[in-house]
Amino acid sequence: MENFLYTLIIPVILFFTFVFTGLFGNKFKPAVSGIICTASVLISAVISYWTAYQYYFIHGKVNGVYQIINVYKFEWLKFNETLSIDLGILLDPISVMMMVVITTVSLMVHIYSIGYMKGDSGYSRYFSFLSLFTFAMLGLVLSVNIFMTYMFWELVGISSYLLIGHYYNKPSAVSASKKAFIVTRFADLGFLIGILLLSAFAGTFDFNELTNPDGNAILQSASVTFMGLSAITWALILIFIGCAGKSAMFPLHIWLPDAMEGPTPVSALIHAATMVVAGVYLIARLFPLYVFTSPAALEVVAHVGAFTSLFAAIIACTQTDIKRVLAFSTISQIGYMMVSLGVSGYGAEEGLGYMASMFHLFTHAMFKALLFLGAGSIIHAIHTNEIYTMGNLRKYMPVTHITFLIACLAIAGIPPLSGFFSKDEILVAVIEKNIFLFGVQYLVAGITAFYMFRLYFSVFWNKDKKYEHDPHESPNVMLFVLIFLAACSALAGLIPFSQFVSSNGVPFSTQIHMNIAIPTIGIAVAGIILAFVLYKKESVSPDKIKNSLGLLYRSAYRKFYIDEVYIFVTKKIIFNLISVPVAWFDRHVVDNTMNGIAYTTNFVSEKIKYMQSGQLQQYAFIMVAGMILIFLLTLYLIIV
Amino acid sequence: MSETVFYILSGFILVFSILTVTSRKILRTAVYLLFVLLGTCGIYFAMDFNFLAAVQLTVYAGGIVVIIIFSIMLTSDLQDKLEAVQFRKIFFSLLAVLIGAVVCISTILNHNFPQVTDKVLDSSMRTIGLRLLSYNEGGFVLPFEIISILLLAAIIGSIMIAKRADSK
Amino acid sequence: MESGVSIQHFMVLSTLMFFIGVYGFLTRKNLITILLSVELILNSVNINFVAFNKFLYPENLGGHFFAMFVIAVAATEVSVAIAIIISLYRKLKMIDVENVNEMKY
Repeated sequence: MENFLYTLIIPVILFFTFVFTGLFGNKFKPAVSGIICTASVLISAVISYWTAYQYYFIHGKVNGVYQIINVYKFEWLKFNETLSIDLGILLDPISVMMMVVITTVSLMVHIYSIGYMKGDSGYSRYFSFLSLFTFAMLGLVLSVNIFMTYMFWELVGISSYLLIGHYYNKPSAVSASKKAFIVTRFADLGFLIGILLLSAFAGTFDFNELTNPDGNAILQSASVTFMGLSAITWALILIFIGCAGKSAMFPLHIWLPDAMEGPTPVSALIHAATMVVAGVYLIARLFPLYVFTSPAALEVVAHVGAFTSLFAAIIACTQTDIKRVLAFSTISQIGYMMVSLGVSGYGAEEGLGYMASMFHLFTHAMFKALLFLGAGSIIHAIHTNEIYTMGNLRKYMPVTHITFLIACLAIAGIPPLSGFFSKDEILVAVIEKNIFLFGVQYLVAGITAFYMFRLYFSVFWNKDKKYEHDPHESPNVMLFVLIFLAACSALAGLIPFSQFVSSNGVPFSTQIHMNIAIPTIGIAVAGIILAFVLYKKESVSPDKIKNSLGLLYRSAYRKFYIDEVYIFVTKKIIFNLISVPVAWFDRHVVDNTMNGIAYTTNFVSEKIKYMQSGQLQQYAFIMVAGMILIFLLTLYLIIV
Repeated sequence: MSETVFYILSGFILVFSILTVTSRKILRTAVYLLFVLLGTCGIYFAMDFNFLAAVQLTVYAGGIVVIIIFSIMLTSDLQDKLEAVQFRKIFFSLLAVLIGAVVCISTILNHNFPQVTDKVLDSSMRTIGLRLLSYNEGGFVLPFEIISILLLAAIIGSIMIAKRADSK
Repeated sequence: MESGVSIQHFMVLSTLMFFIGVYGFLTRKNLITILLSVELILNSVNINFVAFNKFLYPENLGGHFFAMFVIAVAATEVSVAIAIIISLYRKLKMIDVENVNEMKY
């Protein structure tokens, strides 16, 4: 078997780049650190393509089944015979796929940022954090051990925090970064408890053991029950809470729209293509565990995913900030992936949902990165996020226009662009299992097309708006990235994905299901036409519809008041009912006790300090007297 | 050691000890201390610790007392008498000391010390040298080394303390 | 053993010497005479060590070595103490212990 040890270079080089540019970034020109980071990402991208080629086409398959390869494993902390935290690299179809996605998108974002961030004061800091993020994300997907995943999971969270707060002199960015960090951290608590529960019952942290369908972990774990569900189900639901935090599932989605305060390439990399799908990835990683021990947890995954995708899609229709529309669209698409995982079974054809989810993750990474980078290009040109202040930009920015259109068509699911294929697989997988969820997802497909083209028409068509200066097309590095990603988004769907990824490693083949594909295209086209009528021709004023929908529109515009609910719960209930009394107790009882002790000590010492005369012989006399006293006392005790 | 020798030596020691702590001529106190040390040295000789007696003679009597006399000459006027001690102070000190001495001596006299007769003391120079540099059981090489470092530190510290603050 | 002198004899001697030293320590004012009293105390301890060695543990030389180390420590102590006394004398032009009372409250 091929020795894949060179894959170690892929994350490690980025780590060293981070340390180097982070420590010495101010020693040389900003452009140099940009080039260093881009070069190292380029190296890891090339190595991961080589690894993918080696894995998928040459060495990965044994008897037609993709193997799980532990490239490198190093025992780090050992708790007992079976339980240990290891560090290492694990290759299997989804980790290799994720590795390719991450390095590709990261490379594109690095190149794009060279143009986008030019002249920014934190240029070199920005690049070093991008490297840190890419390192952490690669570590997350390549980990051999669920605890290693957890560590990198937190590292991803902290680098996301750092990058959202890049413009740290802007209060909204600071509060957005804090919000993102606190919400995901809160969810990670669930993840941690889930890991501990899981390890307590399964007796291992190791992915090879945990996900082996015939292994001990799966056989042993169904015994203990708590509140009607087995302990393992609780563990998996808790882990899903962690995933929901990272992947912005309802009701932990509130941080993602705010996270758009960060630089746009960061949004493309972290909050669209890679980090937010970490939750999907983790569930896929633990998928055998979910399927065999706890269908109930999978049900939860599916329903939360479906609800979130509908919910976010409706909100996306009403937002006016271009990045927020894309953020809600991301949430909605991740919901798709969750649903698809949730309805999947284990096996080749039964695992269609699993494959479709990973497929959609792959294509989504491409077209959503493209959308964000296109949005970044627009913002770069006219310095605003509000879509109502944009219009007729196709005249000024032809390349951005075309690539953005491709991405919109891809996400709307128009053949032969990539989104069509992956979405079709998802819908096929869902209809086999649950017709109700299918209905929801079908509706969401239409809404998706509608809001994307609402965005598209408002930005690129309509009348000219007044701009401060004439919008101009972005620099060539950025355009190159847009074109490259547009090509990926257009062509990624043609990859026979089921040949590479399936839940049990056995390749299978799929074909387009016409009876589902045609209605799906239909509803997408209907959404586009509706958007065309409302926002291009303006024959029917959107405002009229807005007014007629009234309450629904307003509440969707305010994101269904979820943020307000959070504020209410934290500020009114937790702060007032719990924190205020606790603070009172701390200030009055705890503090006063301490102050009292200090005061008493001070008082007493003030009184007795005059006993210190400074006369050496007096001290000696007292010492001798005390010594004799102790002598006598001891003697007395001995005699008695 | 005969009892006579012991009593002579200890009488000598005690008398000069008392003189050391009561004499009001400061140079004389140092000389009395020298006599006490010489008496102690005689006791060591009588107990067959010849090497220790030699050390006592050279280091204590030869070294320390000389330093002390030297410093007395630096700091005191030799003609002056020390001022008399207050009666109160003498009384209380004497009381504490007498009680302490009585308690200790009565404890000592009442304690039953084991009689060791079957083992012979070997305090030849050769044994002492071997023991001092041995790191096996009964060897003292570690304290020996530590003492040497302590002496070095004391030399440096004394120089630092005693040198004039303004001299560079 | 050649005589009727027992360990008690030596211990009584050293106890007396010790308390004479303590008396000196308590009553003397001049720092150098206090130092001399301390030397008396150390010496009495040495006699004790040696007597223990001689009468209780003649097979090893622990007491003997301890006495030696005490002598070495006494030497260091005297050298440092005299350095302190000399620098004090430079500052105060006198070496009475009652005037050295800076270290109080």
